[in-house]
Amino acid sequence: MEPVSAHSPTAAPFDLEKVRAAFPALEREVHGQPVAYLDSGASSQRVLASIQSVDRYERRHHSNVHRGSHTLSAEATEAYEGARATVADHIGAADRREVVFVRNATEAINLVARAWGDANVKAGDRVLLTEMEHHSNIVPWQQLAERAGAKIDWAPIDEEGRLDMDAFAVLLERGPKLVAVTHVSNVLGTENPIAEISRIAHEAGALVLADGAQSAPKLPLDMTELGVDFYAITGHKLYGPTGIGALWTKLDLLRELPPFLGGGSMIRKVTKEGTSFADVPARFEAGTPAITQAIGMASALRWLDSVGMDAVREHEEQVADYALERLADVPGLRVFGPPRGPGRLGPVSFEIEGIHAHDISEILDRHGVAVRAGHHCAQVLMDRLEIAATARASFGVYTTTEEIDRLVEGLEDARKVFGL
Amino acid sequence: MDELYRDQILEHYKRPHNFGHLESPDLEFEDTNPFCGDEQHVTIELDGDDKVAAIAFEGKGCAISTAATSLLTDELVGMSREELLKLPKDFVLELLGIEISATRMKCAMLGLKIVKSASLGTAAEWEDEGEAGDPAEAVADLGQL
Repeated sequence: MEPVSAHSPTAAPFDLEKVRAAFPALEREVHGQPVAYLDSGASSQRVLASIQSVDRYERRHHSNVHRGSHTLSAEATEAYEGARATVADHIGAADRREVVFVRNATEAINLVARAWGDANVKAGDRVLLTEMEHHSNIVPWQQLAERAGAKIDWAPIDEEGRLDMDAFAVLLERGPKLVAVTHVSNVLGTENPIAEISRIAHEAGALVLADGAQSAPKLPLDMTELGVDFYAITGHKLYGPTGIGALWTKLDLLRELPPFLGGGSMIRKVTKEGTSFADVPARFEAGTPAITQAIGMASALRWLDSVGMDAVREHEEQVADYALERLADVPGLRVFGPPRGPGRLGPVSFEIEGIHAHDISEILDRHGVAVRAGHHCAQVLMDRLEIAATARASFGVYTTTEEIDRLVEGLEDARKVFGL
Repeated sequence: MDELYRDQILEHYKRPHNFGHLESPDLEFEDTNPFCGDEQHVTIELDGDDKVAAIAFEGKGCAISTAATSLLTDELVGMSREELLKLPKDFVLELLGIEISATRMKCAMLGLKIVKSASLGTAAEWEDEGEAGDPAEAVADLGQL
């Protein structure tokens, strides 16, 4: 198989109106007002290009992949493997075989914990996590630690919600087998210095897994530049369907890993005596895969490439900066995460003294403003911040400053309702 | 006036009744709303007839969960453990007197669930709200919006 070409998006200037027109769901009204969808960090809306490619595939091209010599099966296989090439291209993978399709970022991390972890992490070994991880990048490691008798260390965050790199370096001296860290925090909006983390972790002899669930929709990605060993992404946060994600792993490393789930497609030959396994990535894709969803995800990525990831990143930074500026004017409101500045992306999480996050989101909903309230699957971070829940506004490529203004107006109304 | 956040709810949220904990409870239980991580801790003292003599709760929560447990705990003195276990969800909903959406039902029911768990001495079985239906119909209904 040939290596894929380096990604070369040819981007026109960022046109927010045109971007918004590509999202049918933004036409929705909620409580009589156009929806201000500030919950893209949980799940983004779907881009029309993805919806249409899913529809086209389902109507005309579907069959099972990799197994038939008939036309429809060949078309389905071509579309599915084309989707893999698109993902590889988008994230700057050296070879498309480095991309394993999975259900979501959670499954990608579980795959690493099971396949790599069970083979490599032994009693007394250590895994280094950070205090800002999503449960998806905590629980699989706790389960592995339980199975193996290994230990987990927690790299702390500083007062501003950034990773404390001095403390991180000290914890590396304990010689962890793996560092598992989020690229962008789903609560704090912190962008972690993954390339730097990879460099010092490798010097200390550790492998590095980065959770890209939040970063993939926002940042240009290049696996070589990041220098990681494993990278997890999910489709439904980058304007594609649910039920599809990808694990990227360096080819040499991926080939060393034992299979994870057993079944069809992942075998070379099965006899009564035993089974030999297929080469990667098929070895990690047992059973009929989520063909439709993989195509939908790839179409979303192609659309993102047409917008240009540098422009997408810039838009995210501008919206986050504007939100931080406006929220600073709301009395009694406290933001969690770094202040305005470089490396500060969305989401913006906050609390208002005297109003619980749930009540904030309920009142905002009446203004047609959708935000999330709760622990955001980051209870270790909530404990660190000594809170139970926050309200969280998270942004997408379609978010406007007017929507941020509506968020602030809604918060002023919430204060009124609660007599503040 | 706001339908959900009417004065009675906000009053119970800001100054919840029976807030705190009893020093030597006969029954107690703590649980979490998995939706948001909110916790409540209920302590109950029983009298000689095994009926609720005093009840208190503490914890941090939203207006709905706090007001619901505040209103609920006002009603329980004199009840037996069996009576606590038989309390229906509607008992709390009537006390609240407002419409509770599916997403807030867990908030409204947190206190009742904990009271029942305290009476049992173990986590009470709890069926989730929401009814099974035809997904195609559900989406068609949404299409009417």
